[in-house]
Amino acid sequence: MFIKDYISDVYNGVTSLLKGMRKTGWYFVHPKEIITEQYPDNRATLKLADRFKGEVVMPHDENNEHTCTGCTACELACPNGTIKVVTKFETTPEGKKKKAIDSLVYRLELCTMCNLCVVACPSDAIKMAPTFEHSVFDRTKLTKILNHPGSKIKEGIE
Amino acid sequence: MLQETEIIKDTTHLGDEGEMVINMGPQHPATHGVLHLVVTLNGETIKKIEPHLGYIHRSIEKMCESLTYRQFIYVTSRMDYLSSHINNLGCALLIEKGMQIEVPERAKYVRVILSELTRIASHELWLGAMAMDLGAFTPFFYAFREREMITDIMEDTCGARLTMNYIVPGGLMYDIHPDFQKKVKAFIAQFKSKVTEYEDLVTNNIIFQSRTKGVGILSAEDAISYGCTGPVARASGVSCDIRKLFPYEVYDKVEFDEVIETAGDSFARYIVRVKEMNQSIRIIEQLIDNIPEGEFVGKTKNVLKLPKGEFYTRVETARGEFGVYIVSEGGTTPHRIKFRSPGFSNLSALNHMAAGSKIGDLMATMGTLDLVIPDIDR
Amino acid sequence: MFSLEGLTAMIQNWLAANFNPTMVLVLQCVIVILLAITLFAVLGLVLVLMERKVAAHIQIRLGPNRVGPGGMFQTVADTLKLIMKEGLTPDKADKLLFNLAPFVVMMVGMLLLAPIAFAKNFQIWDLNIGVLYISSISSLSVIGILMAGWASNNKYSLLGAMRSGAQIVSYELSAGFAVLSIIVFTGSLQITDIINSQENGWWLFKGHIPAIISFVIFIIAVTAETNRAPFDLAEAESELTAGFHTEYSGMRFALFFLAEYINIFIVCAIGATLFLGGWMPLHIGHWGGFNHLMDYIPSSVWFMGKTFFLIFLIMWFRWTFPRLRVDQLLDLEWKYLLPISLFNLLLATVIAIYGWHF
Repeated sequence: MFIKDYISDVYNGVTSLLKGMRKTGWYFVHPKEIITEQYPDNRATLKLADRFKGEVVMPHDENNEHTCTGCTACELACPNGTIKVVTKFETTPEGKKKKAIDSLVYRLELCTMCNLCVVACPSDAIKMAPTFEHSVFDRTKLTKILNHPGSKIKEGIE
Repeated sequence: MLQETEIIKDTTHLGDEGEMVINMGPQHPATHGVLHLVVTLNGETIKKIEPHLGYIHRSIEKMCESLTYRQFIYVTSRMDYLSSHINNLGCALLIEKGMQIEVPERAKYVRVILSELTRIASHELWLGAMAMDLGAFTPFFYAFREREMITDIMEDTCGARLTMNYIVPGGLMYDIHPDFQKKVKAFIAQFKSKVTEYEDLVTNNIIFQSRTKGVGILSAEDAISYGCTGPVARASGVSCDIRKLFPYEVYDKVEFDEVIETAGDSFARYIVRVKEMNQSIRIIEQLIDNIPEGEFVGKTKNVLKLPKGEFYTRVETARGEFGVYIVSEGGTTPHRIKFRSPGFSNLSALNHMAAGSKIGDLMATMGTLDLVIPDIDR
Repeated sequence: MFSLEGLTAMIQNWLAANFNPTMVLVLQCVIVILLAITLFAVLGLVLVLMERKVAAHIQIRLGPNRVGPGGMFQTVADTLKLIMKEGLTPDKADKLLFNLAPFVVMMVGMLLLAPIAFAKNFQIWDLNIGVLYISSISSLSVIGILMAGWASNNKYSLLGAMRSGAQIVSYELSAGFAVLSIIVFTGSLQITDIINSQENGWWLFKGHIPAIISFVIFIIAVTAETNRAPFDLAEAESELTAGFHTEYSGMRFALFFLAEYINIFIVCAIGATLFLGGWMPLHIGHWGGFNHLMDYIPSSVWFMGKTFFLIFLIMWFRWTFPRLRVDQLLDLEWKYLLPISLFNLLLATVIAIYGWHF
């Protein structure tokens, strides 16, 4: 039955193609389905996830205090040497010498956003912020000091 | 010891008997990464294909020798970046096996759900890319719309869209987002309504079928002898799903079918992957409502040290069997790691599959192998 | 009612009043040449943008929308870029043929503009063998393609050009048979006669079954003739080479690119003329009131509307279907399209003899 096979071949072929065309045609007449976001025009309404790992920051409260004790746990946890903790010795009011943080040097260009430093920190001093626009013209701007100048550690943190 | 000129003559055959040797160079729209194929053609027929690898070799295995057991997991995300959760899971399972760490049930459930979501995302991208190789440019965008929903779920919970680094030895790095279940259910509903789209546009399309049926045939014996795993081997009739044969996590508690086809051609590989997506949806549906409460990470020491010895574990990624093999001398860093990548073995069968066919069939064959070159090159 | 024939009559009268007859002829030729070139330029701009926008909306995204309102000036920007590119000529290429090939392809397009009727009484040359002229001139484009492939001194270009040549020559047969079945109904090769015979309805509706089959075959055949997807293996990006225009860059590539879109316009115009009535508004039988209403829309709008509908159809094909392999392409023609069109021609002849059409 060559003729029957031939005709059914042609018929099945044509109907499969027409079904495909119906699908794409449907999308053509429904422009509401377009999901393109026109960045950078929509920066005002852009919503990122809270947990998005953009860069590491050290949150400071309104008294310019942080909770970093300078224990270098984050430096040890980081797989590729992105964080370098520079410590200094401070005298507490009782007169004892205590190790404190001088500056936490964070190189954004090396960071892999793996979150191991945040998890390793015993006093929750650093966290991941959802910023993502990191482009700069000058590479030295990507080496950031995470603790603000003039800030000191909060009371009661060990 | 061969002289230098002899070595050069040995390795560069410049085409005798009127054969052309051409390069499908490292930069090519269809090779999905930096893969250099040296193709020997006789007119329009392919005589031999020789892949040259190494353009994205980053010495990951050597690098891992200087990282501790907690630190080296993030690197595996970057190997097969489309199945990053599953790669991380393989490493975490190995460390848990070696150090006898208990993983809480909640973590097991979430890990399996994330693995299956990753598998669906990887297959969606593969579907779009394969249709694009064959000239149909639209299914790519439809597939990415579904994939976008999955990456949004990942972004909410894990914080990243491609290289997640969320699975740690002992469980998860932090608890899942409160919206996780809701969003996964919304995704399942959308996916089920869009499955007919792929069928209309690609699977039932007569042009697509005639380009992939009977092309790139791999028999079952050849699949086993080349070491192919995953959908490539399952399409030739070899039963090799690690989730069924050596179940890990909660795979022995869920019901799903292992998809096996016997034709061994490109269309069979295509059908296997599409059906696998449906099976993954089935697994997720069974698990998503029953995530037990509890801890998300088990108790582990601060510094992980594997005892002295050799350890191996395997997981089923979207491409096949991914194996992690660690030789440990008892220290905090592994003495030697070896990753068994599924793409490497699948690629080795390309010559066998494509030799004797036309150039136009090469695209169809390579598309169904689903190669991710960083996985092959490590 | 706006009508182009009033405009042409006015210009003709003004010219005849002010110049001697030879000068009138020369001036008319100059005006026609300028119009043709302008049409090409405008069409190129519009069609490229249309393709990108249609593709984008099918793919649930927006097309070009930054350069100008709604992306209108995108093609202008593209053309400027192509003009500023370096036009490389390969070293051992045949210089004369290499430079001539794009112009041959463009010339074929321009020659084919002559018998097309854009509106009522708005045709450059209404010769009595219009359809035969169209078929024969469109076969000449193969020469340009083969010239381009040969002169590039590149074995992959030659391979692509050979494949393109085989494809075009084979699909001309089916296109020819599809056109013939309409000629059987109208009984004349002259374009004006064909359009006038559709006064009481377009041939697509009047000549029911054979006309519909011819229409489908015609659309498939002209998609293959203009090397459009799904028949564009010769120039596809993910295949090994870019076909016969691999070695062209800069302005010469722009000419090939433009010629492809002009070809699409021309074959759609021919399809609209033969099957959908050209500039003839939609008339149904002898419904006087309805026909009179349809006449209010100017004939040029009808013509352009039909042509752009067919162009949209061809673009729709491109973004839906995957590519055919070259042997499947030729298979399709010789084993499916040709027998069906032969049978269809027989059917059309029988129907025309017995008068079983409307």
